[in-house]
Amino acid sequence: MATSSVSKGCFVFKPNFKKRKISVPIEDYFNKGKNASEDSKLRFETYQLIWQQMKSETERLQEELNKNLFDSLVEFLQTSHSGLWKNSKDWSCEIKLREIPTAALVLGVNVTDHDLTLRSLTEVLQNNVTPYVVSLQAKDCPDMKHFLQKLVSQLMDCKVDVQSKEKESVQVIQKNVHYSMDSLSAWYMSVTQKTDPKMPRKKRTSSSQWQSPPVVLILKDMESFTTKVLQDFIIISSQHLHEFPLILIFGIATSPVVIHRLLPHAVSSLLCIELFQSLSCKEHLTTVLDKLLLTTQFPFKLSEKVLQILTNIFLYHDFSIQNFIKGLQLSLLEHFYSQPLSVLCCNLPEAKRRIRFLSANQCENIRRLPSFRRYVEKQSSEKQVALLTSDKFLKEETQSLLENLHVYHKNYFLVLRCLHQFTSSLPKYPLGRQIRELYCMCLEKNIWDSEEYASVLQLLRLLAKDELMAMLQNCFKLFQSSSGKELGNTAKKIEEFLAQFQSLDETKEEEDTSQSQSKGLQKTDLYHLQKSLLEMKELRSTSKRQTKFEVLREQVVSFVDSLVREYLLPPDTQPLHETLYFSSAHTLRQHLNAAPRIALHTALNNPYYYLKNEALRSEEGCIPNVAPDICIAYKLHLECSRLINLVDWSEAFATVVTAAEKMDANSVTSEERNEIIHARFIRAVSELELLGFIKPTKQKTDHVARLTWGGC
Amino acid sequence: MTSTLELKADKMLKVQFVGDDDVLNHILDREGGPKIKKERAQLLVNTQKIIKKPENELEEDDQEVLKDHNYVEVLGQDVQESLKNGSATDGGNKVYPFQNRKHPEKMAKLASELAKTPRKSVSLNMKNDPKITIDIPQCSKGHSSSDKSQLKNNDKSEFLSTAPRGLRKRLIVPRSHSDSESEYSASNSEDDEGVAQEYEEDTNEDILSQKIQAQNREVSAPVFRETPSKKMKREKTSHLVEKYFEAHSSSKVLTSDRTLQKLKRAKLDQQTLHNLLSKVSPSFSAELKQLNQQHEQLFHKWMLQLHLGFNIVLYGLGSKRDLLERFRTTMLQDCIHIVINGFFPGISVKSVLNSVTEVLDHVGTFRSVLDQLEWITNKFKEDSSLELFLLIHNLDSQMLRGDKSQQIIGQLSSLRNIYLIASIDHLNAPLMWDHAKQSLYNWLWYETTTYSHYTEETSYENSLLVKQSGSLPLSSLIHVLRSLTPNARGIFRLLIKYQLDNQDNPSYTGLCFQDFYQQCREAFLVNSDLTLRAQLTEFRDHKLIRTKKGTDGVEYLLIPVDNGILTDFLENEEEEL
Repeated sequence: MATSSVSKGCFVFKPNFKKRKISVPIEDYFNKGKNASEDSKLRFETYQLIWQQMKSETERLQEELNKNLFDSLVEFLQTSHSGLWKNSKDWSCEIKLREIPTAALVLGVNVTDHDLTLRSLTEVLQNNVTPYVVSLQAKDCPDMKHFLQKLVSQLMDCKVDVQSKEKESVQVIQKNVHYSMDSLSAWYMSVTQKTDPKMPRKKRTSSSQWQSPPVVLILKDMESFTTKVLQDFIIISSQHLHEFPLILIFGIATSPVVIHRLLPHAVSSLLCIELFQSLSCKEHLTTVLDKLLLTTQFPFKLSEKVLQILTNIFLYHDFSIQNFIKGLQLSLLEHFYSQPLSVLCCNLPEAKRRIRFLSANQCENIRRLPSFRRYVEKQSSEKQVALLTSDKFLKEETQSLLENLHVYHKNYFLVLRCLHQFTSSLPKYPLGRQIRELYCMCLEKNIWDSEEYASVLQLLRLLAKDELMAMLQNCFKLFQSSSGKELGNTAKKIEEFLAQFQSLDETKEEEDTSQSQSKGLQKTDLYHLQKSLLEMKELRSTSKRQTKFEVLREQVVSFVDSLVREYLLPPDTQPLHETLYFSSAHTLRQHLNAAPRIALHTALNNPYYYLKNEALRSEEGCIPNVAPDICIAYKLHLECSRLINLVDWSEAFATVVTAAEKMDANSVTSEERNEIIHARFIRAVSELELLGFIKPTKQKTDHVARLTWGGC
Repeated sequence: MTSTLELKADKMLKVQFVGDDDVLNHILDREGGPKIKKERAQLLVNTQKIIKKPENELEEDDQEVLKDHNYVEVLGQDVQESLKNGSATDGGNKVYPFQNRKHPEKMAKLASELAKTPRKSVSLNMKNDPKITIDIPQCSKGHSSSDKSQLKNNDKSEFLSTAPRGLRKRLIVPRSHSDSESEYSASNSEDDEGVAQEYEEDTNEDILSQKIQAQNREVSAPVFRETPSKKMKREKTSHLVEKYFEAHSSSKVLTSDRTLQKLKRAKLDQQTLHNLLSKVSPSFSAELKQLNQQHEQLFHKWMLQLHLGFNIVLYGLGSKRDLLERFRTTMLQDCIHIVINGFFPGISVKSVLNSVTEVLDHVGTFRSVLDQLEWITNKFKEDSSLELFLLIHNLDSQMLRGDKSQQIIGQLSSLRNIYLIASIDHLNAPLMWDHAKQSLYNWLWYETTTYSHYTEETSYENSLLVKQSGSLPLSSLIHVLRSLTPNARGIFRLLIKYQLDNQDNPSYTGLCFQDFYQQCREAFLVNSDLTLRAQLTEFRDHKLIRTKKGTDGVEYLLIPVDNGILTDFLENEEEEL
């Protein structure tokens, strides 16, 4: 083989230039090999279109969500900096002069998202505050020297953006200079002096307010910095603060306490720390879901299982929005890749147009959809025949079904949000606090069959008036904001309810006042009082006379219930839902959240699972002696404790293998056979070593150590 | 309503989800914090309470727990659904539970049991075929001495009820193992006896093991483990930790003292091993072929996903080298690609980066690996038409698994126009990557169990049983020494001889410099200790000797080469002379 050698491990293959030119377009890989499936090109284009839209939407969301945080950060930087340079006579400013303004930015445990956030932060700062923004990572700065080196080299780059001309000279000089804080501040002075007279007034309006912009240093992962480096740097730079206006930003993943854990009091007193909290990643997820999935903007939808898996990976593994979006991308890709009818997964007018051009094969595909078949079975017999035979009729029907599906989604999300308004503030959150939980439940089955839903209705019947009215108000706003025709009535109905509650208010107040007045006038002794109280109690318990409010509340509840029953049907009841919903949760899990250990274990313990040979079939927990060598060796080694005697092992192995071999292969002499078996044993053992089950040990001669505790 | 909550509460006890409070604070909304803390404490104290009155205060935590439960459920379902992700019955703790201490003869027993398993052929009707199962005592935990004594007292009576499934089955199966049956009850307590008896056995074993028959009989010593499985389940979690320490507490490991030297066939060298193995006819070739074909169908999908920004990692038992090689030959013929053999002992990130720069036609060197990486990154960012496929066999190999290496390869793979497809084999390979690295790699996992032998991968390895032929070090030794003066060769030979003379001395640390000088003088090889030192520097530069400062401050000289090779070398020299 060309790629194995005893002298090198890397092999470069570089086809000559002519051949390379004809590179295969990506679409071609979209077809599964040679047999091009239906509309693959169109599907791939649709995939790319939708993915681009989704991606830009998420980026926009990210920006929006971070805006608040960034605004306050910028404000902090500006005030702290200007305070530094203004009236320096002030006594408090004298103190402040020794303190480095520091923003502790608590970013949360989703480390993978930090990069994106900090990158956009750098951009914002560069546009608004100062051109000198440097971000450092702990792994680049194992000691002070590297720290300063990185700082200086990055500062040079920052400067390049401002002055394009003189960069060369400055850089060349600086490269040889010994990196120290002195040289840094000297450099800073020279730069600010130079730029001062000919400051370009056009672009940097805000930063030009100060004669010298501050230098912002972002420590991306504050926790992983070496304490010594951090301490030294802070102490040194606080000495130089008057000539080198530094502002620190700490990126913190855990909690702000870590600052004090890392820095002793003497050092942390040199910092003037202000705390900033980024948006919790959970909220971030909610927004992303809200804008990407709970909307009719994107036709692509996830089934309950898939959504469950994606959110679970998020909640239990990494809290990473990026990973969530990666999962979303994968499911989008898988959907378009595996479902030929996904070609209809686009906006309605386009989909209708595409239906007209569907091939006969695709029509067959439609007929094969389980949801469509269920639909056909419900139709009258003539229509059934027409649907199954005439492609033209089928296409027309598909168009109307698809339109229904889109209308269904429109209503679905409105009602879902409405229901969420009602359920999200109930005690114990029987239907979940987040809308995604509610959505999952609704996707799974008829929500009204669940016990949780029943309890929700129960709880709604106990709501006080002002709570109920607030909810109704919110729902009203929801319905009003949407332009749906079907649910126009609902908005009106809710408005009516609201009006009724309002009127209820007025009448009730009158009643109350009249009652209290009549009661207040009577004079009674203790006995009478008791008696009247008893009477009142009896009255209340016996006559369950519903007040007007209760009647109205009942009406509202049943109204909500009817809405839910009408519109929140699970999507798999809808014909053609397969075109829009991605449901192969298993693939997703396999590729995103794989379990290599389990796979290895299964392969070793139960070879029949992979090799479907009847000879390998066995009961759980045992393997036949004809199994692959490595399985047998593995099985035997499970019987040992920490150390394994190789001789015993090899003999046990030989026993098993000879027993398996006895039936055939008698031609070879026994000595040679033994040799071969020994060789096989050696191979199995070294394979197990490669897999990490055992390792050589010197504790005892001819022993190996086991590395797993298992014993199944 | 209550009943469901009860149910949930019941189920949630199986789930263990404990995070840092700091982390939790971040995840949950602020106001939820203290409440949860309180509840968790309660959970630990008394689980019954919560089950009894769940409506009290399960508010938010319940929600979380509910999700936990869902999570487990979903995962569980998925495992069941999955055809590729491990067998349905393998729950997490079943895979690698803690083990109890096992006795040395266990393996032999199991072996002969396995050996006795009737060979099944496809033509046989499976259902009628009596099967003997290997029985692994599942419930050997919580084995107290009182259990033991009880066992001894009434083992006859408990015999049928407690015998593990497999053994019982064997009794029922009408096969001709009558002798083992008869011994069955007689020797059953033996296994639980103390160390002393075992020791005796150990010494006997050499004789015994000559005859497999004898061992076979011994096999029948049943493994009585008495704890009913139900009880075990309950106790499992609490004893889990103890089991670990139990398994690792005793410094004395009970294994037999036999060594390979007593066995006739000791170590084979790589070549004979290869020759021997080539005689073995592969089994299940049809199934293996089918398995491979399944994987090959994925090639197009891989290409697509690589182009869309994902990277692909292959896992599963068996060498994935051939598979990747086929992928390379079918799909990558017209693209620039680099194949990296991670299992090659001399591989390093530096060489990986070097081959990338080789592709980019770079002349010159870099100051550091990071500089090189930066240069590559810039190059690829500038030229978007540039495309490069990286195929890495065994990304988890000894040489590449380091944190720094992984970081650099991860950064390479995160470039938009570098496509990485790699394979991993080690059991704990995924531990190499933290979240940050994982997001750099942007993996898609593919299970490709091939059952192929790791021939190429293990050929480099200094395997336990493979004799180091030593041809490589030997030839280099000869080459180096040929370039030296006869005097220098003489000096070196002196050192070799001294070392070989002392090879049986375990406390040999090396030859003291002064003694060495004395010897060299006597042999007229040097005339001053300065010339000797100059010679030694030469050796040291070729890594032929190593010097160590002893506790008394004296320099000791040592040749860091295997004694066998040195003997060969001396023989070689003498032949030449």
